[in-house]
Amino acid sequence: MQHIKDIFKNNIRQYAMFIALIVITVFFQILTEGTLLLPMNITNLILQNSYVLILAIGMTLCILTGGNIDLSVGSVCAFIGAVAGTLIINMKMDAGLAIIICLLIGIAIGVWQGFWIAYLRIPAFIVTLAGMLLFRGLTIAMLKGLTLSPFPEKFLQISAGFVPDVFKGLGINLNITALIAGVIISVVYVIFAFKKREEQRRYGFEVMAMPLFIAKLVLILVGINLFAYWLAAYKGLPIILVLIGILVFVYSFFTTRTVPGRYIYAMGGNEKAAKLSGINTNRVLFFTYINMAFLAAVAGIVFTARLNAASPQAGTNFELDAIAACFIGGASAYGGIGTVAGSIIGALVMGVLNNGMSIIGVGSDMQMIIKGLVLLLAVAFDVLSKNRARA
Amino acid sequence: MAEYILEMREITKVFPGVKALENVNLKVRKGEIHALVGENGAGKSTLMNILSGVYPYGTYGGSILFEGRECEFKGIKDSERAGIAIIHQELALVPSLSIGENIFLGNERAKKWFIDWNQTNVQAVKLMKKVGLKENPLTLVKDIGVGKQQLVEIAKALAKNVKLLILDEPTAALNEEDSENLLKLLLELKKEGITSILISHKLNEVLEVADSITILRDGRVVETISKHKDDVSEDRIIKGMVGRELTNRFPERVPKIGEVIFEVKNWTVYHPLIEGKKVIKDVSIEVRRGEIVGIYGLMGSGRTEFAMSVFGRSYGKNISGKIIKNGRELVINSVRQAIENGLAYVTEDRKSAGLILMDDIKRNISLASLDSISKNMVVDENREIYVAEEYRRKLNIKCSSVLQRTGNLSGGNQQKVLLSKWIFSRPDILILDEPTRGIDVGAKYEIYKIINGLADEGKAVILISSELPEILGMCDRVYVMNEGRIVGELGREEASQESIMKCIMQSIKEVV
Repeated sequence: MQHIKDIFKNNIRQYAMFIALIVITVFFQILTEGTLLLPMNITNLILQNSYVLILAIGMTLCILTGGNIDLSVGSVCAFIGAVAGTLIINMKMDAGLAIIICLLIGIAIGVWQGFWIAYLRIPAFIVTLAGMLLFRGLTIAMLKGLTLSPFPEKFLQISAGFVPDVFKGLGINLNITALIAGVIISVVYVIFAFKKREEQRRYGFEVMAMPLFIAKLVLILVGINLFAYWLAAYKGLPIILVLIGILVFVYSFFTTRTVPGRYIYAMGGNEKAAKLSGINTNRVLFFTYINMAFLAAVAGIVFTARLNAASPQAGTNFELDAIAACFIGGASAYGGIGTVAGSIIGALVMGVLNNGMSIIGVGSDMQMIIKGLVLLLAVAFDVLSKNRARA
Repeated sequence: MAEYILEMREITKVFPGVKALENVNLKVRKGEIHALVGENGAGKSTLMNILSGVYPYGTYGGSILFEGRECEFKGIKDSERAGIAIIHQELALVPSLSIGENIFLGNERAKKWFIDWNQTNVQAVKLMKKVGLKENPLTLVKDIGVGKQQLVEIAKALAKNVKLLILDEPTAALNEEDSENLLKLLLELKKEGITSILISHKLNEVLEVADSITILRDGRVVETISKHKDDVSEDRIIKGMVGRELTNRFPERVPKIGEVIFEVKNWTVYHPLIEGKKVIKDVSIEVRRGEIVGIYGLMGSGRTEFAMSVFGRSYGKNISGKIIKNGRELVINSVRQAIENGLAYVTEDRKSAGLILMDDIKRNISLASLDSISKNMVVDENREIYVAEEYRRKLNIKCSSVLQRTGNLSGGNQQKVLLSKWIFSRPDILILDEPTRGIDVGAKYEIYKIINGLADEGKAVILISSELPEILGMCDRVYVMNEGRIVGELGREEASQESIMKCIMQSIKEVV
């Protein structure tokens, strides 16, 4: 029982934010008279926030290493967009090849910034602030201040496309592929849950009581399938959602279950101790920033595809959205604490707020004010609850 | 007739789930040095936090009388105004400000809004003289040693016209000489009528200076003994603290010493920042299987620097010399390689360099050996808990579960977690740097038993310590270190307080 209590205590912040997300969603669902959760709007919501979700994943890792942030991601997004535009529109290059080149350039940018941050130990804040100017400048230079448009249909599929419905023409008004995807995920989830439970039992640990375990499982399965149904009722499974789903899964697994993931947490928790435990913290920091720039490139491609244009001013303030998402999602500004899942929830909180307020016609001025207060209150809540826990 | 300057009556403090203090009575006579002793968690700090207003009036039961008046402190400011100053283990100085600025921090010598620098410095010099600090008041605090920083803290308290000075483990981070000076200063202040409460684990110091000693155990007062009336002895205090007779402070062990397993030869290390400064000078040592070898040296003698430079070159530059294990020379350029070659280094500074306090116990134990509990880079978390539970049992770590935050454990238990971490890395050679610093007598005994157990398993143990009794009680052989040099090597029979000190004295003469 103590285990469960501890687990709950350690994660209370994340649950709190998850509950807040649900409350906000319900609130806007009522206020928008049901528009918020319409299948079409849900799909929209995902598309709108795709770039923040992707950036927030990378930013979480940066923040975990010790409260380091990356201010350059917005400019990197724009720069990658410019590169994509130049390659695809001006040079008529194949979209697939162009995307690969863009991702490689992203990695190269990461190597550049990571070198200064990890090996010369110039504060990340400064290196990426420089990067923010540098890559914005390069973007404008490359585009000569103009917007490149339009992109070919193939490229746009990344953010506008849906996974094709193989059962089309059966005369049903639902996207069967989406439903099947829901079922597959459900089955995989159930298998893993039981496997984990079995393993814990084998080690002789206390496991959740069977009825409680089943109840939790049912709740999650209903959630997954309801979501799948909702998507099916519109155009089906957006390709971008599949991409984000894979990224979230991979990075969650990476941070929570793998050895390098542990290294990131250890470094943020106490770098000296991490070093004396045989962890090459310079390398950890280096790869974290390469990863960040790589994900910024992914976000840049996604965003450019969604906009159907490479614009010199694209990506402005993206870095701030991503950083805010992480902190709302429970990351510590000093590093060592935070989860990918938390940041995703943080990004969704911001996304639902944006979307909900837009639907009911709140002006962008008010939207900013409200988002600012939400960020402040979320972190204040975190700090206060921690103080109380300590006293 | 204010015989007592301070009376704390029937103090009770309850934290959620624990009664930290129960009906504690503490009476301190005017002008005496009153020692407060007890194991970690006995309630010493809680009691002092109540006295200084950290836990405000109303959050505890009982009453406080200071100079005959009932006090209701709502914060540290209140207690300071009354004339009570507390000096914590972790010093509350601003490193980047000067000595003078620190002395008058929050208490600035100023005319209206403007600081009067002349007054600040003149008065600072006066106070510094009083505490025996020979420095320029404009020197930055970060540029002076810990011992002197301690003096700055005391000067800071004196600047506030302190009547009751509380010192929490003031000598924990000091070397023998600085400790000695500090204790002398306390006696000096006593002559001027300043009362002190001294919290210390070092019983010899307590016996040296204290007039009365109050022993706390599990939130209760065991007894208050007076130097002038009662029969005071270390054994009596320990018995009171631990609650049982500790006949032997060091567990018995019959050493089973094997062949030489580890050698360091002609080890020389330069300072990482100061060009051309040698920190370690041509040091050679060897350790045998099953042997506990001590390295005794004062703070600043280079013992930690030596250990860290051997452990994967974690300190210094231009390192030269050979490391030989089982007759084969090792190439160690990183901590990783050191661990892979069977070395472990348990740092002296468990909080800032040893543990990740925000992480739970299991993650700390596994950190240096994640490879052994993972497959294809994926950590087996169940195995991790299993391992942690194993060490929790073996080393008797007191915690609610291995998922508890390490930062919430007591010092002794934190040290056990740190030891677990390095034992789990399956080393052949363990370098333990001050493994019992700042932990209480009972926990020390347990740590000693663990160390003996390691030696009995055939591991080689290097025990670095600045506590002579510990070195003499635990080690089969002792290297004496001073100024970055090995200045003596003594076997168990030859080693004594005198012989070790003689080695150091001789080396100082030679240099001069």
